[in-house]
Amino acid sequence: MQTKDINENIAWAKINTDVLRSMENPRMGYWIAVVACLLMVSCAVMAEIYQYQVGMGPGNLNWPHMWDLYIATFVFWIGMSHSGTLLSAILHIIGADWRKPIYRFAEAMTTFSLMTAGLFPIIHLGRVWNMYWVLPYVSDRGIWPNFRSPLIWDAFAITTYLTSSALFLFIGMIPDLAICRDNARGWRQKLYTVLSMGWQGDDRQWRNFRKIYLLMACFLIPLAVSVHSIVSADFAMSIMPGWHITSFPPYFVAGALYSGCAAIITLFIILRYFFRFDEYMTIPILEKTCKLTFAIAMVWSYLTLIEFASVWYGHDPVAKEALVSRFVGPYSPFFWLMLFCGIIVPFALAVERFRRHLPTMFVVSILLNLGMWLERWMIVTPTLATSYYPFAFDVMWPSMVQWAIVFGSFGWFGLLFLIFVKVFPCVSMYEVKEMVFHRRQHNSPEIAKQFHRRASDRQAGDEQPSTGGA
Amino acid sequence: MKRYYIMGLFSNFEEAFAAISDIRDHKVPGVSVDDVTLKSPIEHPEIEEVLGDRGSPVPKFGLYGAIFGMIAGFFFLASGQATFLVQPSGGKAVIPLPSNIVLAYEMLILFGVLSTVIGFAIAARLMTRRHPLYSEKVSLDQIGVMLELDEKNVNLVKDLFKQHQVLEIREEVAS
Repeated sequence: MQTKDINENIAWAKINTDVLRSMENPRMGYWIAVVACLLMVSCAVMAEIYQYQVGMGPGNLNWPHMWDLYIATFVFWIGMSHSGTLLSAILHIIGADWRKPIYRFAEAMTTFSLMTAGLFPIIHLGRVWNMYWVLPYVSDRGIWPNFRSPLIWDAFAITTYLTSSALFLFIGMIPDLAICRDNARGWRQKLYTVLSMGWQGDDRQWRNFRKIYLLMACFLIPLAVSVHSIVSADFAMSIMPGWHITSFPPYFVAGALYSGCAAIITLFIILRYFFRFDEYMTIPILEKTCKLTFAIAMVWSYLTLIEFASVWYGHDPVAKEALVSRFVGPYSPFFWLMLFCGIIVPFALAVERFRRHLPTMFVVSILLNLGMWLERWMIVTPTLATSYYPFAFDVMWPSMVQWAIVFGSFGWFGLLFLIFVKVFPCVSMYEVKEMVFHRRQHNSPEIAKQFHRRASDRQAGDEQPSTGGA
Repeated sequence: MKRYYIMGLFSNFEEAFAAISDIRDHKVPGVSVDDVTLKSPIEHPEIEEVLGDRGSPVPKFGLYGAIFGMIAGFFFLASGQATFLVQPSGGKAVIPLPSNIVLAYEMLILFGVLSTVIGFAIAARLMTRRHPLYSEKVSLDQIGVMLELDEKNVNLVKDLFKQHQVLEIREEVAS
């Protein structure tokens, strides 16, 4: 049974070879995945074209259901984006080196999730040609957007988060892009030469690289928390029953981390299987990710229950009725499914036998994300169905147009991710080398003892140990 | 007098650090550790013990960028909101602090990140031509120790590298 995060005897050259090989010559499975994603995207494009021409009616978006799957899925994708950058930054700061083989694809997941999430408010607007109205500029009538509105805060926060996350991903990739540059030919070499920005691996560059990476991690942690808090403000700052809840910001942040961690597990298993990254994406690393996900799942479960308790003991009759209607109303099957997937299923992560079984973990991670998507839907729709006035009560089921666009968004995300893994290294080569290097130091006390002396203190006649970097 | 660049490629950090240590101990007259550039596939955690603390201006870029972003963000919003003075605001503040704090916070982070990246590009001398002695082996698994020297010291440094099991020595006349 594998117990080490990584085998310290892997040669550095092998790490380069394995990761670079994963970027070459796509196999049949890759092309099948690309075609599947393209088909999903084309479903969404056709649905959007239809909705664009006919209006929002075919989407079943009508009073009181002005927000529905589009906004629920927007919140889902924003949430999905959180784990990559946030966990990478936190684990980097606390020095958890097991993040190193998995953080790259997690950060890419962040960027692509945000790019997917950004589409939904535009689609939801209906009049997509007016999307620029949300940007902070003065219109020709001399009117600025309403800066008091959380929707404008969203625009600021998501733009900042997308920019920062993309830069965090890119900066962290520069040393690896230099490796790609040194090994590529043709258009790839030209691309990597530009993107690696003249990286030579000298001490000046590494020194400044360490600083920027730490600083960006420090900037990104509060940013990631603020982004999902602001998204929760879209709901919590309204006076709608079921939305006007003080615990929404931490609830949203916990939910975001939860769904992001579950997505990391899904992608971990897929990449490990298809790219044969068994030596880098090891079972102990998967176990640590699962344990982290379980801990976050318990936080989310607690916040879910505390949300119910707050409403129940708050004795606001309208809010209470909205809560009860979730349990026994027309949306209750989905609500109970959400509770099952979000609260019960994660207990599988607490069982070592399951954690080490990849097919089980794959199914569990999908179920967790199903639960998280349902959570967002169950936040948005039941409240609108059971608002203040009985004449406004209305049960609405999403139309095929909405389902097609939501379905297509997963294809869009998958397509971006598939392109990424073939153009950029999805495992950080230099950081895996660092991990291997540190493990060798850690596991060879004699070498470490001699090595940790200052080089200038070397006694004459001492033999320098070789850590066998090569 | 001609100036030379010499780079020795080593198989591990210990030999490279030992060679730098000898340079720091003035085993080669007229050559200082300040002339040394270490090239490596990873960042060694104790590199500063060998090369000395060379500092980095990147945190200052981050700090100044963040302060600029916060102040400029707030005044940008306030100037936009002040144009509403001609309109009734229903008793609400024309320049509301709670919402502006949220947005100024986002601007703080955005400009902090952007200026940090700019600072990094400047401080790390990115986007410059690669040195002629750059070796692809450095991005693979070898450690390079590079010096800029007078002609008279070239052979002394080569000898020093050879004492520490150098794998390969490359040299180039400085232009």
